[in-house]
Amino acid sequence: MEASDHLFRREAGRMVATLTRVLGVPNLALAEDVVQDAFCRALEVWKFRGVPENPSAWLMATAKNRALDILRRQRTARTFAPELARLLESEWTLAPAVEELFAANAIKDDLLRMMFSCCQPRLTAEAQVALILNILCGFSVAEIASAFVSSHAAIEKRITRAKKLLVGSKRLFDVAASADFEARLPAVHRALYLLFNEGYHGASAESAVRAELCHEAMRLAALVLERRLGATSATYALSALMHLNAARLPARVDAAGDLQSLFDQDRSLWDRKLVLEGLKLLEFSASGSELTEYHVEAAIASVHATAARAEDTDWGRIVSLYDTLIAIRPSPVVALNRAIAVAQRDGPEHGLEAIGAIEDRDRLAAYPFYPAALGELELRRGRYKIARKHFRAALALARNQMERRFLDKRVAACEGGNAQQTEILQAARAN
Amino acid sequence: MSEFTFLFRGTDPTAQSPEEMQKSMQKWLAWFKELGEKGHIKYPGHPLERTGMVVSGKQKSIHDGPYAEAKDIVNGFTLIEARDLPQAVEISKGCPILEAGGSVEVRPVRILNM
Repeated sequence: MEASDHLFRREAGRMVATLTRVLGVPNLALAEDVVQDAFCRALEVWKFRGVPENPSAWLMATAKNRALDILRRQRTARTFAPELARLLESEWTLAPAVEELFAANAIKDDLLRMMFSCCQPRLTAEAQVALILNILCGFSVAEIASAFVSSHAAIEKRITRAKKLLVGSKRLFDVAASADFEARLPAVHRALYLLFNEGYHGASAESAVRAELCHEAMRLAALVLERRLGATSATYALSALMHLNAARLPARVDAAGDLQSLFDQDRSLWDRKLVLEGLKLLEFSASGSELTEYHVEAAIASVHATAARAEDTDWGRIVSLYDTLIAIRPSPVVALNRAIAVAQRDGPEHGLEAIGAIEDRDRLAAYPFYPAALGELELRRGRYKIARKHFRAALALARNQMERRFLDKRVAACEGGNAQQTEILQAARAN
Repeated sequence: MSEFTFLFRGTDPTAQSPEEMQKSMQKWLAWFKELGEKGHIKYPGHPLERTGMVVSGKQKSIHDGPYAEAKDIVNGFTLIEARDLPQAVEISKGCPILEAGGSVEVRPVRILNM
């Protein structure tokens, strides 16, 4: 049998989650060692004998045996989960107890339990996302640092701190307690939303890395949807938003590796299956009276997803959806996007006016798409010199080669516009 | 056709992420598959534990582990069929362990006629 893509990484999350439950959250590091050890075993054995029929079961069984071994040898030296203490006292009860702890129905909720545990309120949203990527998605510190275009030391510090806090919480989140589940759910939504956005808008220049982050967020959101308590209107909306945006991923970067704006994308490359699933999820999300930012963002994405050509987009509807979004979650980035929609509906002058009216636009100072939006609208008005100045400012803020190449082209477009204008002037003089 | 033993020595992969470990495993699988298809594998062999004892001398003194350094430990062997030593050496060059800084020792198996 062949090992499917990312099998090890995916299994790492499941196994660490299960072992942490079995060994107790204070033994998180030990759980991680056991998992690493199981992968070393797999690597050594599989390379000589091939991948077994059921690789996931093989890995979990290897981890289970190792855990049993540790429990046997270290039962007096370490403190394990309190519910285990009694069973550990006798070899007669130990093996069947461990067997039971690894049974299919026992490990079913482990990923979800760990996901909710990672989203504890004492951690910042950034720390929650880093923890989810490290523990649940099996990314190493180096891989997370490269995806976030951050330093290894910074990410390591963030994860080490977050783990310390998680370990200090003494026990994992109880996903069966409905009141706690409902209270923690918004934080889980937020973390998954940020994880998806890191993939979708993030700074990593590698589109494969970014798509992988989006897929992880979708996979984890699907896990939440599987639970009765998790299948809320907001979870459906969040899932819809991820599907509808992810549908555009194949067209965001063209064959030459260049970033394509929503207006220039080859829409035939959009993933129709994801669009349809997204629209279905959006329908489910309309069941309650609740209206979250995810509902509104999903609705905006659905307007784009259902427009066959950029010029078919219902910009009036998009502007009004952005008005709603600003009312729910005001942010200068949302206001900037609204202004771009206004420009599409009413022309570049009105767009520039709307940008000028953004109150806290100084918070956009480091955001490359702020001067880029100004440049785009000035370019459309034919004010090439000013447009070029804005695009150059955006270039200075660009976070990766892909953004730089995109903005380079916009600068060139301004110069093309200038050249065109000079030609017109010369032609006028010649006449 | 002659038989050769490949003895693999390599660095400990514990510092790798799950994704990297899977990639290196897939390289091994691809290499073994290719050798198998070309009829070079006499016996796929075994991985060896990294632990062990060395018993030596008249005193039969016992030491922990075969070697002090992880990189010197033989961590697996395979029995290969090849025309001659140069071909066996050529085959060994495809081993993924080399990319990780490890080594392959190629030793002709002496066939005993008894």
